[in-house]
Amino acid sequence: MYGIIIVLGIIGLIILWVILAYNGLVTLKNQVENAWKQIDVQLKRRYDLIPNLVNTVKGAMAFERDTLSKVIEARAKAMGAGSIADKGVAENMLTEALGRLFMLVENYPDLKSNKNVLQLQEEITSTENRIGFARQFYNDIVAQFNTKQSVFPTMIIASTFAFKKAEYFQAGVAEREAPTVDLTLK
Amino acid sequence: MTDILSQRVRNKRITVLLMLGFFVFVVLVGASVDIYTYGEISLARIPVATVFAASFASINGVISYFYGSSIVLRSLGAEPPVFEDPSHKRLYNVVTEMALASGLPMPKVYIINDPAPNAFATGRGPSSAVVGVTQGLIDTMNREELQAVIAHEMGHIKSNDILTMTVVTVLVGTVSILSDWAVRTWRYGGVRPRRSVRDKGGIHPIALLVIAMFVLLSPVVSRIIAMAVSRNREYQADVSSAEFTRNPLALAGALEKIAGATSPLRSARRGTAHLFISDPLKRQLDEKTGLVADVFSTHPPIHERVARLKKMGYQFEKNGAKKA
Repeated sequence: MYGIIIVLGIIGLIILWVILAYNGLVTLKNQVENAWKQIDVQLKRRYDLIPNLVNTVKGAMAFERDTLSKVIEARAKAMGAGSIADKGVAENMLTEALGRLFMLVENYPDLKSNKNVLQLQEEITSTENRIGFARQFYNDIVAQFNTKQSVFPTMIIASTFAFKKAEYFQAGVAEREAPTVDLTLK
Repeated sequence: MTDILSQRVRNKRITVLLMLGFFVFVVLVGASVDIYTYGEISLARIPVATVFAASFASINGVISYFYGSSIVLRSLGAEPPVFEDPSHKRLYNVVTEMALASGLPMPKVYIINDPAPNAFATGRGPSSAVVGVTQGLIDTMNREELQAVIAHEMGHIKSNDILTMTVVTVLVGTVSILSDWAVRTWRYGGVRPRRSVRDKGGIHPIALLVIAMFVLLSPVVSRIIAMAVSRNREYQADVSSAEFTRNPLALAGALEKIAGATSPLRSARRGTAHLFISDPLKRQLDEKTGLVADVFSTHPPIHERVARLKKMGYQFEKNGAKKA
């Protein structure tokens, strides 16, 4: 009689483990999806901030029309980019263009101490950081998710329920080339 | 013990050992009190003293866990940020960035009007977390140092350190109640000592003495264990900060700035000291090394924390970590 109780107990424990392992995997999978969407949220924030910035500096920086239009172009390109690789390249060029714009602001003492410009600078700096940290967290949670699928014994559950490994966010090959920074004040 | 991952693993191991040890210790103290008072502990009879003491101590723990953050915030005079102030807006942005890096929901942010640079985290857990920062911290730190300090606090939240420390406090309270009660009742006698070899009842007088000493010293021992847990959690939060910012040297710089600031935080009390990133009362104890400092301070010495952070950043000090 005791034998039956012990066997039932063991089966019960195994079922419990299966449930816990499956739930752990599902939770991580959802966290991965959420983290990916979070990157897009931060990218959108940047798109929304840029027109504000351009309008604020446009008056004082009338001579820098070239740089200003480059920023607007880069933004449009990034928003319209299709594949993930294209988007990555376009985002990088937008970062470059913004950086150049902020460098030029240094030459206009009125703008440098303008409260609105300073506020916008802080917001855009924060947005660039947020994009970076969102990508960082996405990769961290992907590492957790993928590791959990590979480790014994959870890997049994992972393959039984057809979990797939998630892809890391990677800098594209084009991005890895050092960007040329145009320092001429045009 | 150098890079981030191995430090995290090591700290976790230490916490598990300390907490297990603490629970065993509390059970032993309870058993000792029961043996001395009733002459036995049997499985049939509930260990009366332990259950009573633990329940009493838990009331305090439950109150502080659920209402603790509002009490602490009020006692510190903490205010929400004023977004028109660019330094407050920047702080809020930094907290948002660290929430993204840690994958936690955005905590409530409060600012304390005090020139001493410091920061703390409180709240029940990740979904109801609170992060507080002094104006002094905002004014003294550059952006990446501010990020590092906030990341340290988010690390506390992510690791559920507030819950851990509440449990630890309840255990300390339990031992204190048990020991206190024992001292009071044993005056009127407990189990009788065995008179001679032929005496079947009672307990050997030397065993009785050992048990009595053990129970009398138990409050001190429990506090030692509690402080060890607190210091270990601080090290682990430093590791979390390095993980979130990927910039351990920033926290090292921030800690050195905090150590350099001499004035204590005016509104902090002894009870809330362990919540802060650095001891707000500026007790001399926390900066010395040596047995008493090692054992009784809530925070590890700053030079040791800086040394560990530098190791995470692959900078090794020539003379080794511990300085005289």
